[in-house]
Amino acid sequence: MTTLTDPASSTSWTAPAEPVATTITLAQALNAALHDALAADDRVVVYGEDVGRLGGVFRITDGLQQRFGEERCFDSPLAESGIVGTAVGMAMYGLIPVVELQFDAFSYPAFEQIVSHVAKMRNRLRGRVGLPITIRIPYGGRVGAPEHHSESPEAYYAHTAGRKVVTPAVPADAYSLLRESIDCPDPVVFLEPKRRYYDQADLALPVRTEPIGRAAIRRAGTTATVVAYGPSVSLAVAAADAASAEGWDLEVVDLRSLDPLDTETVFASVRRTGRCVVVHEASTFGGFGGELAAQVQEHCFYSLEAPAVRVGSFDVPYPPAQLEAGFLPSVDRVLDAVGRVVGP
Amino acid sequence: MRGDPPSPLAPAPLPADPAVLLPGAEPVRLLAPDGTRREHAGFEADLDPAGLRRLHAAMVLARRVDTQALHLSRQGRLGVYPAALGQEATEVGSVLALDERDWLFPTYRDTMAAVARGADPVDVLRACRATGYYEHDVVGSRVATLAIPLATQALHAVGLAMAARLRGDPVVVLVFLGDGAASEGDTHEAMNFAGVFGAPVVFLVVNNQYAISTPVARQTHGPSLAHRAVGYGMPGVRVDGNDALAVYAAVRGAVDRARPGGGPTLVECLTYRIEAHSASDDPSRYRTEEEVEAWRSFDPLLRLERYLRAAGVLDDERAAEAADAAERVAARIRAWCDAPETPDPLSIFDHVYASPTPAMVEQRRRFEAELAAIVPAAPEEAPA
Repeated sequence: MTTLTDPASSTSWTAPAEPVATTITLAQALNAALHDALAADDRVVVYGEDVGRLGGVFRITDGLQQRFGEERCFDSPLAESGIVGTAVGMAMYGLIPVVELQFDAFSYPAFEQIVSHVAKMRNRLRGRVGLPITIRIPYGGRVGAPEHHSESPEAYYAHTAGRKVVTPAVPADAYSLLRESIDCPDPVVFLEPKRRYYDQADLALPVRTEPIGRAAIRRAGTTATVVAYGPSVSLAVAAADAASAEGWDLEVVDLRSLDPLDTETVFASVRRTGRCVVVHEASTFGGFGGELAAQVQEHCFYSLEAPAVRVGSFDVPYPPAQLEAGFLPSVDRVLDAVGRVVGP
Repeated sequence: MRGDPPSPLAPAPLPADPAVLLPGAEPVRLLAPDGTRREHAGFEADLDPAGLRRLHAAMVLARRVDTQALHLSRQGRLGVYPAALGQEATEVGSVLALDERDWLFPTYRDTMAAVARGADPVDVLRACRATGYYEHDVVGSRVATLAIPLATQALHAVGLAMAARLRGDPVVVLVFLGDGAASEGDTHEAMNFAGVFGAPVVFLVVNNQYAISTPVARQTHGPSLAHRAVGYGMPGVRVDGNDALAVYAAVRGAVDRARPGGGPTLVECLTYRIEAHSASDDPSRYRTEEEVEAWRSFDPLLRLERYLRAAGVLDDERAAEAADAAERVAARIRAWCDAPETPDPLSIFDHVYASPTPAMVEQRRRFEAELAAIVPAAPEEAPA
């Protein structure tokens, strides 16, 4: 029986001996990760809508085509199922495709390819072929965009086994998690918090942070644990800063990957604080927060002083941009939830 | 830039008159239904006597495997088996036009094509037995898994073809689609990608007249499915799908065109699904027995045999050899069906990820403990 060895990249990267930190944005960190991945392994190809000459509508693929040529970075027809479906065939032949789906709600035409094939081909072929595909999707709201440009589809993709779901919140993770996703022998749905693209950090590249499957504690605290990911991590930190005025000392956990889920870090934090609030932009009903809250109740019940509380958006369609502030979780709503778990 | 080799993602130039991409007025036919050899300008079946006998033997095997699997399914020894009786010329003639290095992307009704390409029928039928998946050697045989969703595999085929071109490998990909699948969006996206990037793909549309019960008139109002090809900048060819020589010639022509960079071709094979869609189907609700009988008289295997016997390529002895070889495979399938095959319940966790997630490891551990806790019932004691 012929078996393809896992075609994932064996390249590794380490921090330079004498790192020189510069101020870069999360978007620039993603761009640097793509440059470095293409340079490290000639099996890596980047394609999607407008990723070539334009460099992507968010410029995440800026300069790739100029540097690596059209065979490594090219514009595709405007067809998301086609983009992901062809990536399946490319990966079967040994390439490592990194594809961009331009906006969250525009990933839905590719839904069948992602859940029926990208996620299941390795299992279907009993491990004979793996699909090291990275599907980049800018997601989330509060950017003032028209309908279909602000959604949070993570629960759809997290529900199907066989792929990883990763979402960075800070520039260092944007670089490191994207490099690791491209190197990963399993497919990764890589959700980019578009509203954080221009968040800055002083960073020396290349940087390697904790691996996929490990959460990070962004702020240590003792009163309650606030679990967040992607665009909501900054919100959770802002809420924690505001909470200190109330005398609350909040711990903020950034999940970084939804599957695999680092329950170890989450449970340890909740057992310390005895209280848990989950924050995300997606609608609350059926959202990822429900999964997290359920796991917390199942595993930390005797440490909990109050039920875990979810803070998502309302269970209505994403509204016009002028109304999105009221629809999305806010610092006040996170603090209100904290108040409910802390009690009078 | 001048002097640079053409990009592997660049399509061949369009012909000055795109009308040359349209299918001809009559389907390509090299054998009349009575087996008489005919000519069709531009289509040649370059098969020597040994090649013709290989084609015949592969069709005999295809029909035997198909019939055997259907019978086992009706006996309850296999689960659902989608039969392709009557489609042997399309299933086998096309596959034999491929080279060793080429790839095939079949659908669930293309067990015949997969077997003709060298996939072990027992491994393919494991999916019908529901003890596993289509478990033939995908990489070694270059036969992709038989696709159950409609048309999704067409994009996989195009992606693989693009990757081969990017790697500089002269590989051609043959992908099967049904007339129903031709209505799916992925068919359009696949043909469009293939056209835009000049991917070396042959789209073989098996037009067997019905998608379960829905006639092809409900799939397209176009003059034919092959007429769509011009919209993607590729040639469309209509073929008598019960004529193995015509199918071979059309696919061979498309393969020869694709390999050096000529781009994709759409080949529509006109054939008929003699059997029901599946065990749950009742074709008497949507088609007449007269219609089925008319198509039975176009039997593709009989047609080829008549020609080969008249041409002195096939005699009783060689026909018996082909039948015996097919019978041995059928016997092996029956023996496999009769032998117990009990997959490990824990194997559902084996290949979900390259390295399992902690949560899945924990679920596997719980299931393992659950299985260990199940105490088999003690055998009943014989009465004293």
